[in-house]
Amino acid sequence: MEVNQHSSEAHVTETDDHAHGHAHHDDHHDHVENFWTKYLFTTDHKMISKQFLVTAIGMAFIAMFMSLIFRLQLAWPDTKFPFLEGFLGKWAKDGVLDPGFYLALVTIHGTIMVFFVLTGGLSGTFSNLLIPLQVGARDMASGVLNMLSFWFFAVSSAVMLSSLFIETGPASAGWTVYPPLSALPQAIPGSGLGMTLWLISMVLFIASALLGGINYIATVLNLRTKGMSMTRLPLTIWAFLVTAILGVLSFPVLFAASLLLVMDRSFGTSFYLSDIFIDGAPLEHVGGSPVLFQHLFWFLGHPEVYIVLLPALGLASEVISTNARKPIFGYKAMIGSILVIAFLSFIVWGHHMFITGMNPFLGSVFVFTTLLIAIPSAVKVFNYITTLWRGNLQFTPQMLFAIGLVSFFISGGLTGIILGDSALDINVHDTYFVVAHFHIVMGSSAIFGMFAGVYHWFPKMYGRMMNKKLGYIHFWMTIVSVYGVFFPMHFLGLAGVPRRYYANTAYEGFSQLININQLITVFAILGGIAQFIFAFNFFYSIWRGKRATQNPWKSNTLEWTTPVEHLHGNWPGEIPEVHRWPYDYGKPGSKEDFIPQTIPYSETPESNTPDDLKH
Amino acid sequence: MNLLLLLIIIFSILVLVRLANVAQLAAKLSDESEEEEQDNDNRMNGIGLMIFLWGGLILMVYMIFRYKAYMLPVSASEHGVQIDKLMNTNWVVLFIVFVITQVLLFSFAFKYRFNKERRAFFFHDNNKLEVIWTIIPTIVLAALITTGLSEWSNITDYAKRKEGLLIQVYGKQFDWTVRYAGKDNKLGESYFRRINDTNPLGVDSLDVNSNDDLTAREMYLPVGVPIELAINSRDVIHSVYLPHFRVQMNAVPGMTTRFSFKPTITTAKMREITGNPKFDYILLCNKICGVAHYNMNMKVVVVEPADFKEWLKSQKPLFENTVVAAAPATRTVSEKPNEKKIVALK
Repeated sequence: MEVNQHSSEAHVTETDDHAHGHAHHDDHHDHVENFWTKYLFTTDHKMISKQFLVTAIGMAFIAMFMSLIFRLQLAWPDTKFPFLEGFLGKWAKDGVLDPGFYLALVTIHGTIMVFFVLTGGLSGTFSNLLIPLQVGARDMASGVLNMLSFWFFAVSSAVMLSSLFIETGPASAGWTVYPPLSALPQAIPGSGLGMTLWLISMVLFIASALLGGINYIATVLNLRTKGMSMTRLPLTIWAFLVTAILGVLSFPVLFAASLLLVMDRSFGTSFYLSDIFIDGAPLEHVGGSPVLFQHLFWFLGHPEVYIVLLPALGLASEVISTNARKPIFGYKAMIGSILVIAFLSFIVWGHHMFITGMNPFLGSVFVFTTLLIAIPSAVKVFNYITTLWRGNLQFTPQMLFAIGLVSFFISGGLTGIILGDSALDINVHDTYFVVAHFHIVMGSSAIFGMFAGVYHWFPKMYGRMMNKKLGYIHFWMTIVSVYGVFFPMHFLGLAGVPRRYYANTAYEGFSQLININQLITVFAILGGIAQFIFAFNFFYSIWRGKRATQNPWKSNTLEWTTPVEHLHGNWPGEIPEVHRWPYDYGKPGSKEDFIPQTIPYSETPESNTPDDLKH
Repeated sequence: MNLLLLLIIIFSILVLVRLANVAQLAAKLSDESEEEEQDNDNRMNGIGLMIFLWGGLILMVYMIFRYKAYMLPVSASEHGVQIDKLMNTNWVVLFIVFVITQVLLFSFAFKYRFNKERRAFFFHDNNKLEVIWTIIPTIVLAALITTGLSEWSNITDYAKRKEGLLIQVYGKQFDWTVRYAGKDNKLGESYFRRINDTNPLGVDSLDVNSNDDLTAREMYLPVGVPIELAINSRDVIHSVYLPHFRVQMNAVPGMTTRFSFKPTITTAKMREITGNPKFDYILLCNKICGVAHYNMNMKVVVVEPADFKEWLKSQKPLFENTVVAAAPATRTVSEKPNEKKIVALK
């Protein structure tokens, strides 16, 4: 505690210096913080959050390009696309995509989107930005760990991308990398060096996630400002805290799974391998079980879904409440459902494995726990809808994205009830039905939460506003294309089309489905174009956007009490004290329709209720 | 071509820069205050949400009818009919919930769009409501779970089906082989170290049970007879997917997985039902297994039991000619009896 006190004093004197010569401010800054310490090896959580965001945007575009390439293949399997040869070289000779590289594309697309964009990008950006700002801390508990967290992430991204440039191609066993396919280079070329790089990259990624997660937990628990009790935390922080706990508990299991896979691949062990005859010869491995890997993988994999989703829901709660000018409905029920979801997410992993040869009785148990998790999810949806009811809604781009998120969460959640029911899962397992389901409920929901977050907190990150009109165009094109892409996919799944097929042309029964595939691809291209509008808006606004005011959305939370100009330590003076919960929007009697957390009850006699006086 | 693409991208970025500049200038020039502009945006987007909701729902219903013909035909297995029934019940429940929640979400958004004369209703907690929407989903889900689980235990309760016709389905990159147990309905042991060019399944030729076993590259099934699939793989994980029978089970190297079902419609009958004279049942691989995953399949033919017997007679038993040749190779393996893997555990 004393150390903390000391460092905050140091910050105060530093900012006093700044105040003396404001004109020299920037020069002064350059002397103390050169390019390397300011933009690259920074320990300032705000800069680290921007590093995560920009890296994630880059990764997302790469993964999106991949998806467009394989969408072209699926829609027009007999057409040559000569321009592909320019991008992919030998993987698309004469414009015909190589079937092996098709699998590499779907594998790396999935890996990047799930881990690098929606885990690293989403938590990395917003946990870093908002945890210190919203709990009222000068910075993360450990700036150095935080910096390391980003650099592990960056190196991990680089290693993953480097695997695109090797001769045997990147990992191509699907993003779930089930052995033996991922363990044996004889089985698929991508399981050679490409898979090794995938594993190295994931180990670095796990290190990054753990360093970040420990830091987020420590900061939320220990560095809250005076008056910021756990029940006065914004729901964003609750979501980030629980997400971090999920990550810290589940990522080590992925590490273990990866480590055993490395042992099997390189050191002759047989954790996952048994009774294999490949390439004209039997292998020595005996006694392992491929199903073991699936248990370990999904023990991470299912909490991972909520690692992706909870922060997005947290951001949406904040955005919806602020823009509805109304308190979030059922604050405590929201916290409760986050906690219940988090707990249940650890005991549902088997629903990915109903038909893998796992004991059917065990399957029944997982059906039960899986459908249980629908209950807190339903509670969240009803709470969001009730928050909109009789609100006073400002349709800023972030509000539209948050509403879109809720819509996806409903649509995707409902198809999850089909997949979670083992009897029904039999015929749709591993078909396009699954692809449609998780892209809507996890992919699109989370990315919409991320967009909502970017539009909402852009002024906090860059001191400027994003262009609203372009934001609207981005939203409408994106929501139309998301439903345009993923809704028809349900039909493909119900028609029995398996996922990860390079082409369906060999199957007479699927030939009439080609027009659905073309429809999907057209929407995918539309969605791709929309993201360029976003990227343009984002980078243009960093330098040329309209200057932001201190509290552009009339919001209650602490981050809007900091000056627009960033400074290391966040607040120029003392850290403000918190007197109330963050959702006093539209309180009867209050002068304005919002009362920031820093305003004590003594200053708002006109709006106090008997309940408030109990605090 | 690439150059062209690059030019298009650069050009569109330039256009966007201009657009953004113009939009900003226009905003500055017009007398419209920021508040009025936001009012206008709220109205336009509110209307947009309504159009999206109703347009989307109409399109959805249209697509359901339009694509109905493309969906799988009526289930060709006994349990599949039950699965389809269960699926339809689920769809009805889910569709109702879907429409109610989406309509509420978008309509509230439209109806309560910003109006500066008005204030939001300060409504932040109501335990009664929370309890209601915890209990209702719980009851609905409990009903769905119970029906689902009872169906699941019917399908997976192998003990009930003792007299099924035993068929081994054997996957490898990138094809399927089926092995019929022959008259004794017992499959001979197989072991991966015994695999060679003439014995691709590694069947033990000394095992008496294997003498009348026979393999085929097309799966013939007698209609109305319970079938038990014993599923194996020799290299990576594959998945036996018979969409028309609502059957799926992974093929995992190192273990035997099982699935029991009873085909109820012959191929000839299904051709009538679908009105497609070229219709054939198919077994697909549905677990990513390598470069040619998408081409790994096997034709499935369902015939009358009498025709099935005819077909079976025309197939050659596995070890008619190769018993002597295979014997020395197997003896060395048999010296380590604990390494044996038994496929037919009946």
